[in-house]
Amino acid sequence: MTELSLDGRDGSELISFRIGEQEFCVDIMAVREIRGWTPATPVPHSPRFVRGVINLRGAVLPVIDLADRLGLGTAVETARHVIIVVQIGSRIVGLLVDAVCDILSTADHTVQKTPDLAGDHMQNFVKGLIAIDGRMISLIDLGLVLDTHQAEAA
Amino acid sequence: MSLTILAVDDSRTIREMLGHTLRQAGYQVITAEDGVHGLEVLQTERPDVIVTDINMPRLDGFGFIEAVRAEGASRTTPILVLTTESEPEKKARARAAGATGWIVKPFDPVKLVEAIRRVAA
Amino acid sequence: MPMDPMDAIRTTFFIECDELLAQLEEGLMAMEEGSADSETINSVFRAVHSVKGGGGAFGLDPLVRFSHVFETLLDQIRSSQVEPTEAVVATLLRAADMLADHVSAARDGGGVDEARSEQIAAAIMSHTIGGSATGAYEPEPAEIEGIDFKPQMISLDLPAAEPAADFDISALLASAAAEPAGEAVANDEEGGWVVHFAPHASLYAKANDSALVLRELASLGEAVITVNDEALPTLDEMDPAGAYLGWTVRLPGSVPEDDIRDAFAFVDEDCDLEITREGGAQAGPDIAALLAGAADPAPSVDEPVDLLSSLLQGAVEAPAAAPVAVAAPPAPDKPFNLMDLAPHVDELTQSAPSAPAPQQAANAPPAPPPPQTIRVDLDRVDRLINLVGELVINQAMLAQRVMESGAGKATDVNLALTDLELLTRGIQDSVMAIRAQPVKSVFQRMPRLVREVGEATGKRVKLVTEGEGTEVDKTVVEKLSDPITHMIRNAIDHGLETPAEREAAGKSAEGVVRLTAAHRSGRIVIEVSDDGRGVDRVRVKAKAIEKGLITADAQMTDEEIDNLIFAPGFSTAASVSDISGRGVGMDVVKRSVQALGGRITIISTPGQGSRFSLSLPLTLAVLDGMVVTVGDQTLVAPLTTIIESLKPRAGDVRPLGPNNFVLKIRDAFVPLIDTGAALGFGKSKFDPTEGVALLVESEVAGQVALMVDHIQGQRQVVIKSLETNYRPTDGVAAATILGDGRVALILDIDGLVTAHRKAPPRADTLAMTG
Repeated sequence: MTELSLDGRDGSELISFRIGEQEFCVDIMAVREIRGWTPATPVPHSPRFVRGVINLRGAVLPVIDLADRLGLGTAVETARHVIIVVQIGSRIVGLLVDAVCDILSTADHTVQKTPDLAGDHMQNFVKGLIAIDGRMISLIDLGLVLDTHQAEAA
Repeated sequence: MSLTILAVDDSRTIREMLGHTLRQAGYQVITAEDGVHGLEVLQTERPDVIVTDINMPRLDGFGFIEAVRAEGASRTTPILVLTTESEPEKKARARAAGATGWIVKPFDPVKLVEAIRRVAA
Repeated sequence: MPMDPMDAIRTTFFIECDELLAQLEEGLMAMEEGSADSETINSVFRAVHSVKGGGGAFGLDPLVRFSHVFETLLDQIRSSQVEPTEAVVATLLRAADMLADHVSAARDGGGVDEARSEQIAAAIMSHTIGGSATGAYEPEPAEIEGIDFKPQMISLDLPAAEPAADFDISALLASAAAEPAGEAVANDEEGGWVVHFAPHASLYAKANDSALVLRELASLGEAVITVNDEALPTLDEMDPAGAYLGWTVRLPGSVPEDDIRDAFAFVDEDCDLEITREGGAQAGPDIAALLAGAADPAPSVDEPVDLLSSLLQGAVEAPAAAPVAVAAPPAPDKPFNLMDLAPHVDELTQSAPSAPAPQQAANAPPAPPPPQTIRVDLDRVDRLINLVGELVINQAMLAQRVMESGAGKATDVNLALTDLELLTRGIQDSVMAIRAQPVKSVFQRMPRLVREVGEATGKRVKLVTEGEGTEVDKTVVEKLSDPITHMIRNAIDHGLETPAEREAAGKSAEGVVRLTAAHRSGRIVIEVSDDGRGVDRVRVKAKAIEKGLITADAQMTDEEIDNLIFAPGFSTAASVSDISGRGVGMDVVKRSVQALGGRITIISTPGQGSRFSLSLPLTLAVLDGMVVTVGDQTLVAPLTTIIESLKPRAGDVRPLGPNNFVLKIRDAFVPLIDTGAALGFGKSKFDPTEGVALLVESEVAGQVALMVDHIQGQRQVVIKSLETNYRPTDGVAAATILGDGRVALILDIDGLVTAHRKAPPRADTLAMTG
């Protein structure tokens, strides 16, 4: 997994996407592809935020409802939803989000530390904030998205 | 025109090593897995020098050399024997069978090429 | 793929070592059984010899040292100097194991148990004639040089392979003849070398060539070569294979004598050879020695006496600096051409590349083709298998699309699709066959295990194997090793009695463990049987009760009791022995076997022994499955687990307790499991009469009926791991991709039954939560 330095300005590129009214982003180096929503096959005994598994050219990969994972409620998927396929360690995982927005460069924007908001579930997964034109974009820490301990707690 | 060497050894490792070293030195290399295979190859190939191991299945190095020397177009082809140690009795037997010279295994690439150069017309 | 050639050869070496070690083991086993012929013993010798040879090339000293000791004894057995008694063969087997350790250490960079290696080497030497004195391997300096075989040595500028074209021996000879011979050496301070060289016919018979020797000498320094043709007979007396010419070569005194001798290294037994220093006061010590030798009526040197005397004569005649006049220069009126005179002229012409191919070779039948095999990187095969898996899925998807489009069964499209399906199946079978391997590679590791376990437990064991040529997919072969290891350990540790106990029971002191493999109804069945005491059912049952695995009043068949050894947390050994301690419990073995879609059982007869039986699918890449619908999900049940499917009638379903149902099938009641509920995605109401029951054989609960909504059909599916990108899941063995491109889960029957038992779900309240 590609680590981003918190002071940013290292020129990494980020993909930003929308969940509800909020914007998030992940390191573009982790993104394998972006594809439209396809129905997932539910897997027994999985946490709720794992919507199931899908077929990506012969590979079986889990799809994570990022809204649910971040505590923003369960997504009601539509044909407009997209799956961002990311590599987390040795695994390929799909992230279900509302829409992809933009590609940003950290060279142009400063990544700030996440302010300490006690008790906020989402804070666990956000490792920094980027301000652009008055918008705030949260940088997701992919390493924790599939973390099993976090998963059981969710 | 580069010379062609026939390397006969039952060990794939040694065959590959001989092949690599000799090609590096500019020779063409053909290989055989034992004496019988070596004789088969000699029915169609005409190497300039033969390098052979002694301990091989089906037909060992001594038998192979004797067969090569007995008849056929290759009976005047120089044959170098690979011996693991500089064992005098093995060398003597190889000579009696008609070996031209020998190379001590594990072979030194420089010495190998030197030995071939020495017997190659 | 660009790879350092030496690395590639090194890889080859270790692959070859595995083969050689297997060959060694096989041969030694034959020797142990007394069925070895001389070729077996030769092959055993060659195996060790080749390991040593390759090891030497890579400078693997500990490996080379050990194999040398090993090889020395084998050589003596081969030449009948040492009798391969039972004790000797036992030592050889241990040595083979040790050699395998040395190879592993060399490959993986680890060390070996030095003490053990020393001890085994000592045991070998105790059987070797000459013992430790001659057995010890001390590499000669020359060999150390050779052992130091490094890639960069090869990248040195090696002498190019051109046959010294610049060297023209006749030109040199001509110049030698023209030049007053004495002058060349007259100024030499050290006294020049005079080399007399007279080849015997045998020199040419061995394809050596005087011209090449002379060329060699000429390369050492400024050489003056004169030919001696005194012995040349007239043409009609000449034997074409004879040798009649001799040469005298003068070399500067500065050339080291060893270099000169070295030039004759290949021919010194096939010629008359003298190497002497020239010139009065500076005559070399050789001359003095020879003179002294001449005074002695019985020269002890092994030079031919006639040579000695001719040299003596020369020495006596040479008080001045004049060259030793042995050789007469060729007569000026006779143009000298070495090639014309060479006795082997006909052969030379024949072997010249430009010469037309001799009739004999042209008519010779082509050499029989060597066994046609190629070595392929396993990654490539795996990639191919994955691609074919995709093809199978795609073909199924295409078929489904066509069907959905409403094309009739007899249309051209559908007929073509049927052909495509057959072709796809054919390709898949062929591709799987590429990766199929005999189980031999696993079986071959077992004799060593048997020896070690036998040694550790003080039991005498004979291993008999059968069916080692049975082929299964490589992915399965790899999974066989652990369960077989455990079954064999268990058979020796728990099954076999000590020699004393066996004799007391009227059996032979040596126990027999039999390991077999066979194909049976599309699966591979591995059996490990022993002729030991059988399972002690009283003790096993008591233990199971004590551990709370069964109730004290449980009614169990003998078979059920035997199979308790697979129950989680069960261990029959009163104390955890070294052997069992190294392994895991049989319950873990069973679970891992089940995870592969396999079964493991034990059947035992008291006093006569036990038989473990392991069955596995032939491949872990594809599976014949029953495709079923549960709720809105499509699932696949492995066909091999399904006994039958039936539609339950209302009267056959009986409640058992608050949450469970049983199904009456003929005269038996079997537990009824709501598959959807057990997986956590059942529908709101469970009505067995609306669905289909799959009667399956489970390991944990015998026969069980799984309720599903519909059966869609049977299909071969490609197995996809759920764990690669996600995680293992109870009740699910793996995933597959169906014709519609969606993922379907493959059921793990035992996991499902276990999950159901752990938490019997309330069928009427469960809703899908996924």
